[in-house]
Amino acid sequence: MTSGLVDRHISFLEALRAAGMSVSLAEDLDAVAALGAVDWDRRETVRAAYAATLVKKQSQRATFDALFDVYFPRMVGDGAAGQRDDADRVVDNAQALAAFRDQLVDALAEGDRQAMLDLAAEMVARFGAMPGRGPGLSSWSAYTALQRVSPQELVDRIAQALLGEGRLEDARVEARRRIGELTGLVEADARRRIAEEKGPEHVANVALRPSIDRIDFTAARKADLDEMRREIYPLARRLATRLTQEHHAKRSGPLDFRRTVRASISTGGVPLVTHHRPKRPHRTELVVLCDVSGSVANFAQFTLLLVYALRDQFEKVRAFTFIDHVHEVTSHFRPGADPGDVLAGLAASTAHAALWGRTNYGRALAKFEESYADALGPRSSLLILGDARSNYSDLHLDVLRRLAGSAKHSWWLNPEHRRHWDTGDSAASKYGEIVPMVECRNLTQLGEFVHDIL
Amino acid sequence: MPQPSTWFSSPDDAATRLAGSGYLADPATAITAYLAGVLEKPLLVEGPAGVGKTELAKAVACVTGAELVRLQCYEGLDEARALYEWNYKKQLLRIQASGDQSWEETHDDIFTDEFLLTRPLLTAIRRDEPTVLLIDEVDKTDVEVEGLLLEVLSDFQVTIPELGTVAAVRRPFVVLTSNATRELSEAVKRRCLYLHLDYPDAEREREIVTSQVPDLEERTARMLVEVVHRLRDLDLKKAPSIAESVDWARTLVALEIRDLDPTTIDDTLGVLLKHHSDREKAMKELRFAG
Repeated sequence: MTSGLVDRHISFLEALRAAGMSVSLAEDLDAVAALGAVDWDRRETVRAAYAATLVKKQSQRATFDALFDVYFPRMVGDGAAGQRDDADRVVDNAQALAAFRDQLVDALAEGDRQAMLDLAAEMVARFGAMPGRGPGLSSWSAYTALQRVSPQELVDRIAQALLGEGRLEDARVEARRRIGELTGLVEADARRRIAEEKGPEHVANVALRPSIDRIDFTAARKADLDEMRREIYPLARRLATRLTQEHHAKRSGPLDFRRTVRASISTGGVPLVTHHRPKRPHRTELVVLCDVSGSVANFAQFTLLLVYALRDQFEKVRAFTFIDHVHEVTSHFRPGADPGDVLAGLAASTAHAALWGRTNYGRALAKFEESYADALGPRSSLLILGDARSNYSDLHLDVLRRLAGSAKHSWWLNPEHRRHWDTGDSAASKYGEIVPMVECRNLTQLGEFVHDIL
Repeated sequence: MPQPSTWFSSPDDAATRLAGSGYLADPATAITAYLAGVLEKPLLVEGPAGVGKTELAKAVACVTGAELVRLQCYEGLDEARALYEWNYKKQLLRIQASGDQSWEETHDDIFTDEFLLTRPLLTAIRRDEPTVLLIDEVDKTDVEVEGLLLEVLSDFQVTIPELGTVAAVRRPFVVLTSNATRELSEAVKRRCLYLHLDYPDAEREREIVTSQVPDLEERTARMLVEVVHRLRDLDLKKAPSIAESVDWARTLVALEIRDLDPTTIDDTLGVLLKHHSDREKAMKELRFAG
């Protein structure tokens, strides 16, 4: 085994494991068997064989694809296309840039994937090179290439080219989608080149983003937030199904004597199967109190949306938002309303939650006790969402103690990493002594928490 | 592999033959189906509802001339419904009829094939003809049932305490489908090949729709697929599935609609979208105010 193929295979698997995918030895062997069964003349075949044997969760597919591209690159260097070029061609000046952008518009309007791949590679080669001082020190930057060529400015030109019989708005949407695709290709090509220069392990460690359910709420980009929002409903559906199943599994109540005896008649009076009375399900009333100040607004939105999507599982849900003042937002959660509208409504009502606009947990808690103390009762659970950063103001710990005392259960969800608790103005452990505080940074943790409290 | 696979001879072969039965598989699906046949491993197919997961199993059975044995999973499915069950009533009758026969003899008598009711998993394993075993919606079952599947999926055998181990005469082509409402256990996943089916691209969807509804005009099909794709891009509670776009195509043919204008879309959108809020949102986003 000196071909290096086995080494490459094993280091690819190592990289997948490092990226958080659990690849077992059995799956490793399956992958080798699968590779033995297919032809290697097409890259996509190899990719599909690997994917079928190694990737068992769709959320890991993006990670897998990125690593596959790094370990089994589409081509080396500039590929066959690069060698054809004559040496005296100008690589990078204003005129070359303009010509390249024309080419790009044509290719994107055409929608030819191969052309887009080639152009993405060329774009990184010509406009994204970062020459180094010695061999192994040069690098490639997708960011520089994208800044130089700035395909975003080409939307209108592509849209014009696409504009057949459809409307201009549709053409623009399509143009933006294709540019997004190109951006992805450019980033992938830069990763490929860096991997070639510095070894794939280097790229696998730094250039990959975690899958969407592991991205921190506080560190998410706008595109990530949109994707997360789309994940909320599937997540709620999964949770609801799981909960129903688990409740049903635990359902067997006391023996139903009558049904058992009746059923036993068909087996000659031997009670082979026992029947049980159904258990009465108990449902909690949930009171959500959430910080909507800028730093944690995203987190609050997601949690509220998830709670809202799961409202069938609760007897009643009341939601309040605060910054330094409390405002009830329960009315925004109409049954059957579109989540987009709900979020817009919530954003618009944020103003009611602030008096001066500086987060003040103590004041908000006191106001809550003053105005809405009746919301909490022996059947209700209190859920507080926030980073416990109160701008060094009075924490009103006694108020929180009274609130927690009047509710059946209470929890505090903190979107910050545990290592940031108690730094700066964070009062995490002070509040955490009264109300159990749980770290909740991403969708996975959020889903787990909601599942556990139900 | 000592002998060539009995299922498909190559990925291309899989694609062509599946297409022959009206199932238009994309390259990844064809390769994975081929691998499932060659490696004799179960195939776990995941994806949203209505993208043709169950159809894939049916198509494989159809083109390879195998019989389809189907186990529909549901909550509360147990061993007795999935694997095998002793026919208690018949056994009781046998015991009562035995008269003064000694217990040992009766005991040996009542645990024989005659009193065994085979359920889908055991049936599939004992068949000596080619068999496609479809375990449908495996995520609907309880976690315990997954444990029960493990022996079948990895060794293709079933252990019946009274009879011993029944090993497969001929390994079936196993397809498990899941809507991913629940994460399946690592143990099950490890034993399977995995395929995620997603909504197809516009070109493939148009081919699927026209192959299922041949009466539909080319131009209408293109418009239909375009609308469906735009709907899927929206944030809907339930995105329209392939099955639903085929239904929509049938509706349009039945109503003899050739042009998709705002009014006709509004009239027939109920075929695609089953939530009121989705429908409102779709009309708003597609800007069909009328």
